[in-house]
Amino acid sequence: MNIHEYQAKALLKKFGAPVSDGVPVLSPSDIDAGVDALPGPVYVVKSQIHAGGRGKGTFKELGSDAKGGVRVCFSADEAKSNAHEMLGKTLVTKQTGPAGKQVNRLYLEDGADIDQELYLSLLVDRETSKVSFVASTEGGMDIETVAHDTPEKIHTIAIDPLKGILDSDVDKLNAAFELDAQAAEDGKTLFPLLYNAFVDTDMSLLEINPLVTLKDGHLKVLDAKVSFDGNALFRHPDIAELRDETEEDAKEIEASKYDLAYIALDGDIGCMVNGAGLAMATMDIIKLYGASPANFLDVGGGATTEKVTAAFKIITSDPNVKGILVNIFGGIMRCDVIAEGVVTAVKEVGLEVPLVVRLEGTKVEEGKAIINSSGLNVIAADDLDDAAQKVVKAVKG
Amino acid sequence: MSILINKDTKVLVQGLTGKTGTFHTEQALAYHGTQMVGGIHPKKGGSTWTCSSGSCEGTELPIFATVKEGKAATGADASVVYVPPGGAAAAITEAIDAEIPLIICITEGVPVRDMVEVKARLLDSNSRLVGPNCPGILTPNACKIGIMPGGIFMDGTVGVVSRSGTLTYEAVYQTTQAGLGQTTAVGIGGDPVKGTEFIDVLDLFLSDDETKSIIMIGEIGGSAEEEASEWLIEQAKQGRKKPVAGFIAGRTAPPGRTMGHAGAVISGGKGGAEDKIAAMESAGIVVSPSPAKLGETLLTAIG
Repeated sequence: MNIHEYQAKALLKKFGAPVSDGVPVLSPSDIDAGVDALPGPVYVVKSQIHAGGRGKGTFKELGSDAKGGVRVCFSADEAKSNAHEMLGKTLVTKQTGPAGKQVNRLYLEDGADIDQELYLSLLVDRETSKVSFVASTEGGMDIETVAHDTPEKIHTIAIDPLKGILDSDVDKLNAAFELDAQAAEDGKTLFPLLYNAFVDTDMSLLEINPLVTLKDGHLKVLDAKVSFDGNALFRHPDIAELRDETEEDAKEIEASKYDLAYIALDGDIGCMVNGAGLAMATMDIIKLYGASPANFLDVGGGATTEKVTAAFKIITSDPNVKGILVNIFGGIMRCDVIAEGVVTAVKEVGLEVPLVVRLEGTKVEEGKAIINSSGLNVIAADDLDDAAQKVVKAVKG
Repeated sequence: MSILINKDTKVLVQGLTGKTGTFHTEQALAYHGTQMVGGIHPKKGGSTWTCSSGSCEGTELPIFATVKEGKAATGADASVVYVPPGGAAAAITEAIDAEIPLIICITEGVPVRDMVEVKARLLDSNSRLVGPNCPGILTPNACKIGIMPGGIFMDGTVGVVSRSGTLTYEAVYQTTQAGLGQTTAVGIGGDPVKGTEFIDVLDLFLSDDETKSIIMIGEIGGSAEEEASEWLIEQAKQGRKKPVAGFIAGRTAPPGRTMGHAGAVISGGKGGAEDKIAAMESAGIVVSPSPAKLGETLLTAIG
C-alpha cells in the first residue's frame, strides 16, 4: 500500500526525523490559510499523487509553458495562486502514463536552504533477504539512471535483522554519503530512526530523494516515498487508514473487498483464473495468440459462488471486455464448485460477450456436466491452448 | 528415489486443529498413507484429533503442546505449517528450535519482515524451510505434504520445481500426460523472502539418480531464475547436467504491480520476464513460450 508524501513525512516526524514544516491541502478552501500558516519567504507547492517524476511532470489542462507538479514560490501570493492553479488538474509524469493522475491533494511546505542533495532508500533486498540501505551522493535524480550510468556511486548496506542497525552500519552510511561534521553527527540519529521506522511499521520501501544537507550543516528529509507490506497491515490499523482510494482503480477496490487479487489492464479479454502463476500465464498465452488481457484476476484457492459472482461482475463492468476466459486447474478447489459458481454468476449478471471455459483437475467431469447442462452459451475448451485460441478467435473473429 | 520426502517421512502438522489443517491432513492420509504422526496446539496438548471423513475416517492423531514434545514422541522429521499469517513465523521458529529437519510452510500472506527474521534464524540451524506461500511437496505414491492434488501425479522421472502452485499442477499434469511421470514436485512459493530457492532444489534433482529431467517454473520478480541459470552453467562445466525445460509467467505483467504473489513484481527495471528467459536459455534450458506446452517442451529438451 502506498501513501502520500505528506503522510509519510508526518509518520517519519513521529519517529523524530527532521522534516520541513508543511500543511496538507485537500480542498481549495484550505489553500490560503495553509500558506499563511507557513513562515516563508520561500514556499514549495507539491502535488500529492502516488507516482514519481512530479517535478518534471506537466498538467494536461494547462499550457505547455506552465510549470510542473512541484513549484518553488517566493511569496505567499505566488504560492496561493500556484496552489489554486494546480489543485484538481491532471498531472502527467513519467510514471503515470499518458492518462495522468488527478491532483486531489497538495502539500504546502516551507522552503529549505539546500547545500547538497543525496539519495537514501530502505528496502527488503531479495538477494540477501535483509533490509538494506541504498545510499548515493547523487540525490535528486532518477536513481535507476544513476545505477545504470555510474553504478560505483551506489552503496548498499545490509542490516542484520537479529542485531538491528549497528554503529558500524551508521559509519558506513556516513562514508557512503561523504558526510562529516554536523551532518555526520545528525546521521548517527537519523539512520537508526529510519531503520526503526521501516521495521516497526512494516514498510516495504522508504525512499528519500533527496535527503539534503542544509547550508547550516544539518540533514533534512526533503522528500519521502513510503510503501507498506500489504500482508502486515493487519497489525497496523492506523496505517491502513492512510489508504487513499481515489488513487486506485474502482474495480480493484471492489475486488479487494472480496479478497480477489485483481489488476486492471487495457486489453479486451477478461480473465478469471485460480492461482497467481496460472493467472499471469493465462494473460501471457492470450498475448501469444495475438490479443490482450483486460485484467489479471486470481480468485484464489477458496473461491465460493459469492466470490466467483463478484469476480464476474467486476470483469463485465469493464466496457473494454469483448470476451471472457475462465481458466481453472482444480487442485483442492473442485471444478464442480467453480462450474456452479460460473453458472450462478452468469444467470445473475447476464452475459453479453463470448465466454470460454477451461476446467481441469479435481472433479472435472462433474464440472463440465454442470456447464453443458446449464443451457448457457458457453464455449468449452479442452486445454489451456485450446481455450486461449478459442477466446481470441471469438473476440477477433 | 525422490528428493526431500519419501514413504518413510514422518510429518507433524502445526495448525492441524484448524479447518485448513484438518482438510489437508485428511487428504494426505488418504494419499498412499502419508505418515502424518501428530499435530501441535499450545493449548490442546494431550488431546486427540480424529479424521472425520474420507478413506482415513476414524484415524486418530495425538496433539502435542510443543513441536519439541511432538518430535520426541513421534520421531517426526518434517513439519507442515498451516498456522494463519500472524502466527506463521513463530510456528516456523518453534520448529527450527526443535531442530525439525524439513519445515514446509503453506500459509499465504506472512509479513516479509517476519520472514527476514526467520531467514536469519535458518542460517545457523539444522532445518530446511520450504515456503511460505507454497503448495508443498509431493513424491508420487509415497508422501504428500501440503495442498497439491494427488490425482494428477504419476511415479516417474521428472523433477518439478516452481514458484507457482497452479503452474506446478500444469507441469505435473502435462508430464503425466506425456507418460514421463514425476520423482518429486516442489513448490518453493511466491514470496520475495523464502526458505528454499531454485538452486537448492535443482542441486537435489541433479544428485538424484532417478530424476532424469527437470521442469523449472519461474515468474517475474527478483533474480532467482538468473542466479539458478548461472549456477546450472557452472554445474554443467563439472559434468552435472540434466535436460531442463522452463517457463516464466508474467511476460505481459505491467511494471510496478504486484501480481497476486507478493514476490511477483517488476521493480526498478528489474525482475522482468525477458531477462529471465534469456538467462535460462543461456544455461541450456528449453523455455516454453506457452504454459500449455510444458510437457511437449520437456520432450524436446530430452531429445
